[in-house]
Amino acid sequence: MKHLLDIESLSKEDIEHYLTLADNLKEILYRPIPKVPTLRGKLVLLLFYEPSTRTKFSFERACKILSAEVMSFQTKGSSIEKGETLLDTVKNLKTLGVNLIVIRHNLSGTPHFLARILSVPVVNAGDGTHEHPTQALLDLLTVRQKLGNLSDLKVAIIGDIKHSRVAHSDILAFQKMGSTVYVSGPAHLLPTPAEEKFFCLKSKSFRVCYNLATAIESADVVIALRVQKERHETPLIPSYNEYHLTFGLAPKHLDLIKEGALLMHPGPINWGVELHPELEKYPFQVILDQVENGVAVRMAVLLTLLTGA
Amino acid sequence: MRLLIKNGRVLDPTLGLDLIADVYIVDGKIEGVEENISASADRIIDAQGLWVLPGLVDIHVHLREPGEEWKEDIESGTRAALHGGVLRVACMPNTKPPVDTAEVCSAIIAKAKEKGYVPVYPIACITKGQAGKELTEFGRLKLAGAVALSDDGKWVQDSEMMRKALLYAKSFDLPIISHPEDQTLSFGGQVNLGKLSAKLGLKGVPFSAETVAVVRDLLLAKETKGKLHLAHLSVKENLPFLRWAKEEGVNFTAETCPHYFHLTEWECDGYNTLAKVNPPLRTEEDVLAIKQAIKEGLIEVIASDHAPHSPLEKDVEFELASPGMIGLEFLLPLSSSLVREGLISPLKLLKLLITNPAKVIGIEPPSLRKGEKAEIVLFDPEEEYLVTEDFIQSKSKNTPFLGKTIKGRIKKVILKDKVYEF
Repeated sequence: MKHLLDIESLSKEDIEHYLTLADNLKEILYRPIPKVPTLRGKLVLLLFYEPSTRTKFSFERACKILSAEVMSFQTKGSSIEKGETLLDTVKNLKTLGVNLIVIRHNLSGTPHFLARILSVPVVNAGDGTHEHPTQALLDLLTVRQKLGNLSDLKVAIIGDIKHSRVAHSDILAFQKMGSTVYVSGPAHLLPTPAEEKFFCLKSKSFRVCYNLATAIESADVVIALRVQKERHETPLIPSYNEYHLTFGLAPKHLDLIKEGALLMHPGPINWGVELHPELEKYPFQVILDQVENGVAVRMAVLLTLLTGA
Repeated sequence: MRLLIKNGRVLDPTLGLDLIADVYIVDGKIEGVEENISASADRIIDAQGLWVLPGLVDIHVHLREPGEEWKEDIESGTRAALHGGVLRVACMPNTKPPVDTAEVCSAIIAKAKEKGYVPVYPIACITKGQAGKELTEFGRLKLAGAVALSDDGKWVQDSEMMRKALLYAKSFDLPIISHPEDQTLSFGGQVNLGKLSAKLGLKGVPFSAETVAVVRDLLLAKETKGKLHLAHLSVKENLPFLRWAKEEGVNFTAETCPHYFHLTEWECDGYNTLAKVNPPLRTEEDVLAIKQAIKEGLIEVIASDHAPHSPLEKDVEFELASPGMIGLEFLLPLSSSLVREGLISPLKLLKLLITNPAKVIGIEPPSLRKGEKAEIVLFDPEEEYLVTEDFIQSKSKNTPFLGKTIKGRIKKVILKDKVYEF
């Protein structure tokens, strides 16, 4: 594998490779000195054109554990503010000896654009409203660790599906591993019938539900999404209050889902909007496990693309 | 100088000709079209197997001058037109500054007279600065040479403004060219709304953005009896409304471009900015419907929507890339597929490319009529060739057909005494 651009272009075997490698690498995190020399001498460029907490620090942590050097780029204070194009920025930074580029960008397809032009591996850390493949991999890893397998599960994804790159990657990833994905949320933030045809990988393995209860009923996994205010050109939701009442997950929903079903969220969370604050105490809430697995998954990705592991 | 074109398939929609014949040209003028002309000539051109036709009229072209000469200018754009057998060009007014005053209009005509390879007919703005707020001086623009009015890519969103424009234009017998796109519906859209927009995570343009605009404009044209031309139609949902308007006798014509009956949204897969265009490429069903509309006579004009962009506008992130593709040099080759597919006759095709567009803007098209100056295209409808950057004479090379093999090649263009060999 040369790049990691999206889940869509990965096979089930590719995904399994990353998950297994991540599982094996996770042990390093618990060592007294969590550091191995594997990527010594490699230089990784973190190019974040959008705010990020988890993803950015988790890539940085993964680099450091594997002994890769990290160069971090902030648009603020860089020549981007002087009008430098992305292409020029990256060409210039590449001459500094970069071996791999991790990019997050507000425009869909930007990692693909770089991958087409540059000869170094490119990792998509979230592009516009397209995909966020490492998030999907860590979601899969978390579910596999907690439930033991990834096939024949019912996965419900709730919220603003249309603008969520996490949803787009998860929808494809869980189906590729043999599970069924149900999505629900405000109807105008769900895939249109024409778009649905793309997301449905095989007959009946994907369903758009206008009713929240239908989506989460007997679900094995429920993933709540953040309402992505910053991607709405005009307000798309009348009020957060109404959103919480209609599409927010609350303790009352726990009776509908399967016993022991996992509750996940890619973060950052708006408590009181998509999730009722009480749910923080739900015993099968695995939100912080997701974050921890994020480091392992990103280690697996870096190792694969930089060493061909 | 006497020139004899022998044994070609002579096709002239201005005369209704379709026969194997010779064309005799004396001192740059058509002397006659007949079988087996035996008159002596200084040069004989063997046109066996070729179509011999008067030059095309393309009423949807962006020449980019004034203001964006790094993409195209009047000289390079008309050279590309010549290379495509397009011998009349009507250019869109979204230049910098836009063609919203008689002065800009006159300047374009003067420049075209000086540098142009073929005649250029400016289309002027409907509203000042294409802003949709205030009408331009239709009368002075017409005196300066404008042949039609259009705010180009900016549909006149204000219905009352459009109604006023359709009425006022009647005073000057000018057509209003609408780019039907309700921009409240297409806002931010990058590709067709559907499977591909889902795959690429890009905002999609729904068919309603086009059809809502088409229907509104048809209603206003019906009410005002103004002359309406609908540019670059791309979706199947338009068809019943076009049929309705024909039945009602609405004074309108409709246009499409070769890319809407050759390509689908999947051309943009992999974030291919060369296939980004407004309106976006649609689905296979839409492609079939556009062909059906041509066959039924609902769409009566094929134009290129030649929209040159340099790598500065195209070698960028998809959402930042400018929409549009060049097309002057491929207008006839790509359109000729409609004949090979048996959809329409060659003569009908040439009506869509010569007489009908000329009628929309009220000009005389090139013709093989005796006494006319020679403006003739020799076209091989069967020749296949690879589209390369070297082939393209436009300053810009932005076309998704780059690197593809297409069928139908312009072999020669004759302008009076001069024979251009391609």
